[in-house]
Order: sequence, then C-alpha cells, then structure tokens
Amino acid sequence: MQSPGAIEISRRDLLAASAATVTVVSAHSLSHAQTKATTESQSTKVTFKVNGESRELRLDNRTSLLDALREHLHLTGTKKGCDHGQCGACTVLIDGRRANACLTLAVMHEGDSITTLEGLGQPENLHPMQAAFVKHDGFQCGYCTPGQICSSVAMLEEIRANIPSHVTRDLTAPAEITSDEIRERMSGNICRCGAYSNIVEAITEVAGRKA
Amino acid sequence: MRFDTPATTNPIDQGKVVGKPIHRIDGPLKTTGKAVYAYEWHDRNTRYAYGYVVGSAIAKGRIRSMDTAAAKKAPGVIAVVTTEAVGELKKGKYNTAKLFGGMEIQHYHQAIAVVVAETFEEARAAAALVKVDYTEEKGAFDLAAAKDSAVEPEGGGASGAGDFDAGFEAAPVKLDQIYTTPDQSHAMMEPHASIAAWNGDDLTVWTSSQMIDWWRTDLATTLGIDKEKVHTMSPFVGGGFGVKLFLRADAVLAALSAREAGRPVKVALPRPFLMNNTTHRPATIQRIRIGAGRDGKITAIGHESWSGDLPGGGPEVAVQQTRLLYAGENRMTAMRLATLDLPEGNAMRAPGEAPGMMALEIAIDEMAEKLGLDPVEFRIINDTQVDPENPERPFSHRNLIGCLRTGAERFGWRERSKKAGARREGDWLVGMGVAAAFRNNLVLPSAARIRLDREGIVTVETDMTDIGTGSYTIIAQTAAEMLGVPIEKVAVSLGDSRFPVSSGSGGQFGGNCSTAGVYAACVKLREAVAQKLSFNSAEDLIFAESEVRSGDRRMPLAQAVADEALVAEDRIEFGDLTKTHQQSTFGAHFVEVGVDVATGETRIRRMLAVCAAGRILNPITARSQVIGAMTMGVGGALSEELVVDKERGFFVNHDLAAYEVPVHADIPHQDVVFLDETDPMSSPMKAKGVAELGICGVAAAVANAIYNATAIRVRNYPITLDKLIKELPEIS
Amino acid sequence: MRAFSYERPASIEAAAQAAAGMDGAKFIAGGTNLLDLMKLEIERPTHLIDVNRLGLDRIEATPEGGLRIGALVRNTDLAADERVRRDYALLSRALLAGASGQLRNRATTAGNLLQRTRCPYFYDTNQPCNKRLPGSGCSALAGFSRPLAVVGVSDACIASHPSDMAVAMRALDAVVETVRADGTTRSIPIADLHRLPGDTPHIEHVLEQGELITAVILPKPAGGKQIYRKVRDRASYAFALVAVGAVVQPDGTGRVAIGGIAPKPWRKEAADAELPNGAKAAAAKLLEGARPTDDNAFKLTLVERALSAVLSEARG
Repeated sequence: MQSPGAIEISRRDLLAASAATVTVVSAHSLSHAQTKATTESQSTKVTFKVNGESRELRLDNRTSLLDALREHLHLTGTKKGCDHGQCGACTVLIDGRRANACLTLAVMHEGDSITTLEGLGQPENLHPMQAAFVKHDGFQCGYCTPGQICSSVAMLEEIRANIPSHVTRDLTAPAEITSDEIRERMSGNICRCGAYSNIVEAITEVAGRKA
Repeated sequence: MRFDTPATTNPIDQGKVVGKPIHRIDGPLKTTGKAVYAYEWHDRNTRYAYGYVVGSAIAKGRIRSMDTAAAKKAPGVIAVVTTEAVGELKKGKYNTAKLFGGMEIQHYHQAIAVVVAETFEEARAAAALVKVDYTEEKGAFDLAAAKDSAVEPEGGGASGAGDFDAGFEAAPVKLDQIYTTPDQSHAMMEPHASIAAWNGDDLTVWTSSQMIDWWRTDLATTLGIDKEKVHTMSPFVGGGFGVKLFLRADAVLAALSAREAGRPVKVALPRPFLMNNTTHRPATIQRIRIGAGRDGKITAIGHESWSGDLPGGGPEVAVQQTRLLYAGENRMTAMRLATLDLPEGNAMRAPGEAPGMMALEIAIDEMAEKLGLDPVEFRIINDTQVDPENPERPFSHRNLIGCLRTGAERFGWRERSKKAGARREGDWLVGMGVAAAFRNNLVLPSAARIRLDREGIVTVETDMTDIGTGSYTIIAQTAAEMLGVPIEKVAVSLGDSRFPVSSGSGGQFGGNCSTAGVYAACVKLREAVAQKLSFNSAEDLIFAESEVRSGDRRMPLAQAVADEALVAEDRIEFGDLTKTHQQSTFGAHFVEVGVDVATGETRIRRMLAVCAAGRILNPITARSQVIGAMTMGVGGALSEELVVDKERGFFVNHDLAAYEVPVHADIPHQDVVFLDETDPMSSPMKAKGVAELGICGVAAAVANAIYNATAIRVRNYPITLDKLIKELPEIS
Repeated sequence: MRAFSYERPASIEAAAQAAAGMDGAKFIAGGTNLLDLMKLEIERPTHLIDVNRLGLDRIEATPEGGLRIGALVRNTDLAADERVRRDYALLSRALLAGASGQLRNRATTAGNLLQRTRCPYFYDTNQPCNKRLPGSGCSALAGFSRPLAVVGVSDACIASHPSDMAVAMRALDAVVETVRADGTTRSIPIADLHRLPGDTPHIEHVLEQGELITAVILPKPAGGKQIYRKVRDRASYAFALVAVGAVVQPDGTGRVAIGGIAPKPWRKEAADAELPNGAKAAAAKLLEGARPTDDNAFKLTLVERALSAVLSEARG
C-alpha cells in the first residue's frame, strides 16, 4: 500500500511544480491467474490516443471509456458522477468533440484521440479555462469541475463552428456567444454545489466577452 | 482554549489575510484533475479488487434466504459477502437505519450483499446474479396517511410563551394555513465511495466523509474493532450537504469485503442506488397560524410540523426558526413524528430551517398581504433583538433589518407590483418575491496542530474536511494572519484521522469552528515562539512580515526555529455564550421570476441575497457558498421532490435524470452582499456560517415571486407547472 | 451488465447478417441509451455489432427535393446542417431541445428513434413492468405517473416515448429506410415505425431481428412556420412533459405532432384538420380517448395551452 505520508495534500504540494508525480502503469491484463476470467471473446484489443499519447489496452468489452481512463490508465481527472449520462462529470473530448465517457464503450474508440482534463493543463501550466475557473471560483467541491472545464472548452468551439443551440434565436444566423447561450449549452454539466453563476463568468472571460 | 467570554481585539482583526478575497489554494489541483477523491487512491504495487453492492428489492420485511451460488461462480469473482453471512452488526451512534448485517429489511435498497471481483465489470455483472427470497411486510410510507398516528418526539420539542390560543383568537387579522415540503435528496456529485485495506488488524479507509472522527468511531463500532485500529482519510470530498455526515454503507462494505478478499477493495455506491440507500431530507406537513394587530405587529404565532422517520429516528425540526425570527408575545411551536418505513430521514443542508423557512416565509408573505403591508416592512415591524421566548436573552448580533433594507434598495424592490398578477412582459407573467433568511449558529469544539519548520513553512494539520466550502483556504488564511507569514508559506493538511479532531463540516459550523481551532493552536505556537525568542509575554506581540515585534524589538520568526521546528496543538472549546446569547445568522433573499402564461413554467430572472453572518473570512469562498445554496433553494422551490411510491415504499425517481436538480439554464447571474460586521460572541474569529443561511428562505422567495407574478398561491412544494396551470389566465 | 462479444463489421450487409444470426445480438451506435440500459441489465445483449463505421453518416439531397439522413448522423450534426436549419427548422429545434450537448454529439438519428421509455419503473428492475418483463404488471398505473402517457396507452403500459426528434420527424412525414439480413430493403413511414403497447408493451416497433435502419428520408420542405415548443420542469437537460411540434402555413392550415403524452410521437390527421379552428379544437382531436391518471391529467390542459401558444407564435 501507499505509505501514509505520501497521501497528504499540502500547500507545499500545491506550490512545488515538480512535486506532482503522475503514475501511469501499464494496463491490467484481463487474465486472472487465480479466478475464472471473462472469456477471450468478450474482450478486445483497442488502441487510441489519450492526451496525445498512444495507448494500447486489452479490455473487457463492457469497459466504458470512463472506466478505461480511470481504472486502467489511472487518469482520474475524469469523474464518475452518475455513470448514466445524467450529470456530465465524465465529459471528455473525443476527436475534439465533447462526450459523456460513461456512455460509450472503450472498444468503440479504436484510433480515436481522446483529451481529458489532464491533457488541457497542469497545476503549474494551467489552460486558460482552468485558470479562469480558479479566478472566478467556478467550482466548490471540485467533482464536476473536470467535466465543466472539458465541456466549456469544446462548447466554445461548437459556437465557433456555428452549431446552434436551443436558445439560438435565428437558426440561419451565425451562432453567438452570450450568457444565455453558455447556460443552455453547459446544461449537460450539473454542479450541485451551484457554482453556475461563477462558471458562466469564467467561460465568458475566456470567450473574450463581458458577462 | 476555552472561549467563554466575548472576543476582544486579537490578531485576526488586522484583516491582512483573513477577510481578503483570496483564491482557493486547492484551485489548481481541482481544475487539473490532481485533487484525488476517495475512489481514486492508487498505489501501483497494489492490486485492488472491486466491490459492487446488492440492494434490497423490498422496503420492509425479512430476508428468508440468499442464493449466491451463481454469483460466486461468475467470472472474476473473488468473494461474496452477504448480510446473512455477516450477521447482526452493531450500529454506529449516528446512524438510524442499520447499514448492513442481519436479515431485517428496514428500507428499499438497503445494502444486503457486496460482490467482489477482479474488475468492476465482473463485480457488477455478478452482483446481478445474487438471488434473494424475502418475506415482505406491510409498511407505512405515506406521511399524510400516518400524520394522525404521529407522536411527540423524544425530548418533546414543544415551546411557547404567553397564551397562543387566546392571543390568536383575539387577533383582528389571522392566517391559518397548511404547507407541505417533499422529501429531498442531497444529490452531491461524488457518489459515496471507499477503498479499504487491512494490514493485520489495522484498517485504512479512504472515503468520502464530512466528519472524519464520527466515521472512524462509527466504523469501529460497526465492525466491532478498536477505534485506534481505524485510519480514515478524506482529503477531498465531492460534496456532501449532510449525506456524508454519518458513516455510510460503502465504508462498511469495503472494510468487510477487503477482509474477506484478503486485499484492498474499492466500493462505490451506484448513482441509482444512492437515494434510497442513504439519507434524505424528510418531507414535512406544517401548519402555521399568525395573528396580528392592524398595525402589523404580530401578537400570536404558532408553528406545528409533522414529519416521519424510521423507528429511532428524529423529526425534521422545521419549527426551529419560528421560535426566534419574529416578535410576538403569544407563541407556540410543536412537532410530531410519525413512523415511516422509508429510507432514513436526516440532515440535509440547513436541516430544520430550510424546510421550515419554506413554509414560514410564505405565511409571512400571506400575512403581509392580509394586512396591506409591504412584505419587507412587515418583517421589519416584527423584528426582535431578543429571544422572543426568553426576552432576557439577547441576540449576540442581529441585523435582519439591514439585510432587508439593503436588499430592497439594491434589488429595486420598489418596482414590484403591489397587486399580484399585474405585470406582464410578452408571454411572461413577472413577479418579485422576498423572504428573510435565518439559520442558527452552531459551535463545536475543534482542534488543530501547527508546525513551524526551519524552512519557514507553517503546516496546519486538522481532521477538518473541505467539502467545497473552502476550508483549505480559510485555514491557511487564519494561520498566515496569526503568524504573520505570507499565505504561500502555509501548508494545510486535512481530512485524516491522524490529525487532531476538528468540528468537521456540517451545520454551517465548520468555517467558524475549524478556523477558531487553528486560531487556538496558533496562539499556543505564538507562546512557544515568544518563549524561544525570550519575549516576556506572547500577548502584546505583533507577528507580521515574518517577524516578531514588541515595542522596538524585532526578531525574525525564523530565529525561533533555528534549532528545531516548533509544534503546537490546541482545541477551541465553547462555553456558555451560546446559552446567554442567541447566536444566529440573518439574511434576505430577493427573487424575480417569469412564469410562462401559457404553460406555467417558472424561470428565475434575478436573484440577490444579503447576508449578515459575522466576519466573512473570505468573500470569494463565502459568496460561492451562498450562490450554491441559492441554487439548491431554487431546486427546492421548482423541481426537487423524491416521489414516494406509497404502495411499494420507495423513492421512485432515484437518479439524476428523474430527480431534477437545477442546471445551468435554470440559474441567472446571482448577486450576494455581505454586511460588514463581526460577532465577538461566536468565536475569536468573530465569524459565523453562511453555507446554510444561503438556502434558508430562497424557496419561499421564489414562491412569493410566483404569487406576485400570477396571483396563484401554491403552498405545496415543489411549485411545478401542474400546480399553476388550472388557474393561469385564459389565453387565446 | 452481462458479458458480450463485440464486432465491428465492414459493411451494412455484414452487420445485418451478423445480427440476424443471433438472437441476443444488438446494434450499437451512439450507445447513449443502450449502454445506460445495459448497465442496469434492462438490456442484456450477448453480442454487440458496432455500426458506427459503416459510412451511414451523410446527409444527402434526394431527387424528390428532400433529404436523406444517414442513420448514423449525430444529433448535433443533423441539427447544425445548413439545409436542415433552413428548410426543416422544426427538426433542428426538436433536436436541440433534447438531451445535452455531449449526448447530442454521440446520439444518432436511428438510435434516437429507437430510444426506450424513461418510465422510472421500467428503469428499476426490482419493480414489476410489463415492458421490461412481460406479464409482471404495470407499477406506474397506481404509482408515479406524472411524466407518463395519457393517450395511446393500455392497461398493460402507460410509458411515454421520450424522443424530441421523433416528434419533428412525425410532423415532417419522415420515412425510415432499413435493410434486412437477406439484403432486402424497405421503407417504413414514421407513423408505422412505433407500435402502441396494447397487450405487448415490450414490442415497441415493427423492425425485425437484424433489421438495420440505414437512413431517414425527409420529403421536400413543408414550408410554413416551424415551431417546436418543449415544456419541462427545468429549463434544459430534461425530458418533455409535453412537446408540441408544428408546421403552420400562412393560411392557418398545418400539422402538429405531440411529444411526452403517448407511447409514440403523437399525431392525428383529424387534429391537423382542426388547426385553422384553433388549439382547443385541435387538442380535442389529439386527446380523444385520453386515459390520464390523477398524476398526469394536467397534460390535457397543457397540450391545449402549449398548442395555443405555438399557434399564436406562428401567427405572430
């Protein structure tokens, strides 16, 4: 087990740029020597890129992309809030588009490029959206935050790509960045702490518009 | 440190760090995925097994038998731990419903087995293979039906002053109404999760807990082991709102199954399982009677509340605020508790006041209208500076009037139509509503340990949790202020049972109490520094800019630790000031709504909260607490209801699709104003809480705004369109 | 979730054949509903056929002046398509009213049509549900039915169809194209795709085992004002209590389909005919034979009022 001393989260850890060590171990093998394993036909080899790095896994077909990230690649920035597409905490970017990682199978993503929160920025090198969330206190408990940030980054791209939303008044006019547009488009990311008002301000700042 | 006389001037009053808008120090971790939550602890040399819970399919009865043969044979399965095999377990002090063990079923989705396998997928699949044979019993699930059988709860809880019946009877203007609030769910974003690992008799549990020591104690009790053998940790908690106050099944199941499997086991409770397995805010039926003179002065006020719980549980204390919020010589409050076989009712954000204010503050609005008074003025007329049940007992500090006046001014209250249902903008009926906010200030002892090391780093250790409240940051601010060091030099370690026992996070006491505990430890450390540096007394020393100063004498703080680090530990304990003085927090909520004239959909247009809650330790994190509470209040007003299946005895809409909490599109920009004040009766920090104050009254302000918009008075929450649509105006 | 084997066939025909040969086989596209249900063991396929890479993701003009929408076109892409926004605004609006940005990025045209009810009893495997377990009974009839259907229901089931997109497709007279395992294709008017529950609520559509939806065809644009009005408790990311999809011509004629009130997108030609006479008359036709519960009777009023608002917006 991890030594107890290693798990303290301290201010020093926060400040020391090099202190955070990210351990990425090779994926589990499915063959369990001591137990009856799930059969070979029920697992599949899949290769995809995660945050720019190619990863090859042999996975039980049932493994969601979310669990592949969290339990196999130990990228736990992506959160499991509901596991049923009802909260948005697991939002990642698949080939640049946001998606709920809980409602897609990892094996369906052969060749895809996946970006998680860890791929956007690090504590010592924050993505502008991450920095704006800190500045505007766009979170409290922090559990929905990875999904909010991934979602907001992709959401702004959707507006730039002229994808309309439920509140877009004129479907034939270019999509605009307004507070109402941001609120509607971010509604797939629930924040029970209720940081919505601050999140909208953070996104608005990154989008380069006044709230 | 014993706090039993009002605080005088102390280093916190400098306000160089405390009270400043400092961004969360854990912000960079939380925004990059580096903050590690319970289910995410990972050691590369450990092979974790996965536990998946099986829940009861019935609400009440007994298990006749369990068949685990198929589950045990399923691929990857390591162990199946059943409630049958484990047998009766002791129940923790804070739990009403038992979490696991034995054959009795007390509520739907009670944990009855955990299946442990090599992978999550295998455990989940095998869990579905456990077969259970039940003897189902009839239960009581309907509060309205059980109301007449409700009894006075243990300890009574009735209160009064004067002669309520006579006073009410004699009042020239009267209100007598029934209000209901539904069962509600905390629905925090991080599901309950634990990893348990045994090393011989020693148990380590990474979990998601608001109260480290309560969990540690109750886990030891439940497992029948020595508390000293249990180590619990929750450095990051993905929200709680009360549902993580008390030990939950995931920790018990992880511990039991890790012992059975002989290796560390991870258990998370699946989202659709949470709402019936854990606790909820209980539904209430509330009767409020108010009598007043034509001058608007309340002469009689009575509030009764009915709620239900499992045997051994308690009532929802929804009458609490009515004892204190408004003047009036004839008073009465009472509670009745029915036995219900639903899941355990327990604390959810501002237990008591949250549902109580949902009712009371509609009643006040109704009464103001009967009297022809503006609802802001009616509240001001009936302000009291003393506990109305015990007039010799003053409030420590009370500025409800300031909140109401400031709020009315800022919100543009004078624009509100005095006539309900009179303002229309396009397809929207528009209205404004106001409600007072009120929540008592609770105090719990809290301890901390401070270390000043030779590198000049101050490390604070306390088992306090940060559930999104900003504990990391305000604790760092407190230590920085007390020791005169930059906040960057303060390291904060939280949520670990090896640290001194804190107040924990709940009841909006955590911010004030945990920082007061840090204050106490810092005072001790200052004494040690003074001694080390040969100052006569620590009392008149100034700690600033990493120096210690007394008169003309200045010494570098670092010199005190030139040889070795200094460590101090202390605990704040509270004396009788909460008895001699009523300590509460106050606020006012203003809301503007639009109600769609055709469909009755209500959408919030503007929100403002003004709070008077003692010293605000950090306006950024405090504001976040308040806007979050306002948001939850909107959910309570408009959509949140755990729907009871009265036949089968469970909450039907038990996931985040069917239990609708507010989303981004429901919440407009929110404004929060903190009145500049301190309360020297509350603690050396002179702070109180805001996290729960922020929800109290919000739903009623929404309800009152809906009334102002539509002239339809709904007294049963949530105010969904089906309760409005029959009375909306005719449309072409 | 039960274990299953997985394949990603190279052609439409291979996909259909693979599915036809195996009772437990299912197609998976976006997966946003199927995986949700598999996690709860409401769906228990033994074999999944991934149809995501069969080239069914294009939107093409038809010789008749309409559009042929590939079955795998994602909801986002369909809603954002310039032609759809211009000529079939109702469809764009309905899609954008559904789910969330994330889910629309994955959810597909065919999958959306075939999504299953959100009745909470269907979702809880401990509870009787005739749709999930035929013959076990309907818990919703005497239980919680506020979100459920008021028309087209039976004694066996009062589940409502959750789709927004399907309501627009119904109003636009879309036609579903399929291919079967033997390679034959057929066209199914959307009106005929979904079945009413009757005594067999577990059979929800007319597709055969192994029959794969390849496209949805829209006839040439209907013109008029196209309005989709979704009524729900929260402002977004919620299923409809009632949704009105309408195409209204300048002369007041038009068509209307309703969501949230029936086991399928609900349209009555007799109601279309009454549109010029106003919402009350049209709603009466739409709701003929309604069998609401105490919980959901409000939907009758709501349909009329929402339709009234839509008609007045169309006039405006």
